[in-house]
Amino acid sequence: MSLAVWVGVGILGGCGALARFGLTLLVADRLHPHLPLGTLAVNLSGAFLLGFLAGTSVDGDARLLFGAGAIGAYTTFSTWMLETQRIDKAGKRRIAVANVVLGIALGLAAAALGRTLGQQL
Amino acid sequence: MHPNGSAANSLPAVIDRRELGAIFLGGAVGALLRAGLAEAFPAGAADWPWATFLVNIAGAALLGWWFTALPHSSYRRPLLTTGFCGALTTFSTVQVELLEMIDAGRIGLACLYLAVSVAAGLAGVHAATAAARRAEAT
Repeated sequence: MSLAVWVGVGILGGCGALARFGLTLLVADRLHPHLPLGTLAVNLSGAFLLGFLAGTSVDGDARLLFGAGAIGAYTTFSTWMLETQRIDKAGKRRIAVANVVLGIALGLAAAALGRTLGQQL
Repeated sequence: MHPNGSAANSLPAVIDRRELGAIFLGGAVGALLRAGLAEAFPAGAADWPWATFLVNIAGAALLGWWFTALPHSSYRRPLLTTGFCGALTTFSTVQVELLEMIDAGRIGLACLYLAVSVAAGLAGVHAATAAARRAEAT
């Protein structure tokens, strides 16, 4: 693995984090007052994209750059967990459970859909 | 609502370039650490994905700590929370790993991996938040 690829992983990872920040700002709290839809939108779109990449025959450096670098950094597990825990702490257990269940069910569906489309290429 | 946001339907009036720089830098380091661990400890479809699991649980706990401990005025906050922890942890990789486990017929492993990740992630956030509150109080 060359140094250039790792520099690329860092740059694309930084861009992924910025894209997540931007989309979260755009979506945040606008459509639903309780569910953190910004993080959900980021995670579902990212699961779709990574599924798509996994479905294609793209591997090696390109897979590392865009899969592990850009898309991996774009989606986030930690924020999903933090927001769930804070909703639960605020006494809204049903919404906290819904945030986890929706993330898993829709995340798997998005990744499977992306992969099916990627395999068509 | 983000502190820089103006009216509900417009983009933030002032883009804070230093905040964006902090998120980029933290994101770059988090992504490199995660990608490096994933390359060093690759997991097959029938294996427990230790690299992803460890970065996700550690990242969730660190986020709980920094989210509570760091002041809003500090650029270390976007650097370490949105940037580093956000990029160190990954949701999309977990979903694709689960699909591969299901394909390999390892339904039990997929269920266990998912349940343990969510339970440990929530427990990590909870414990780190409580620890940061205690540290603040003393």
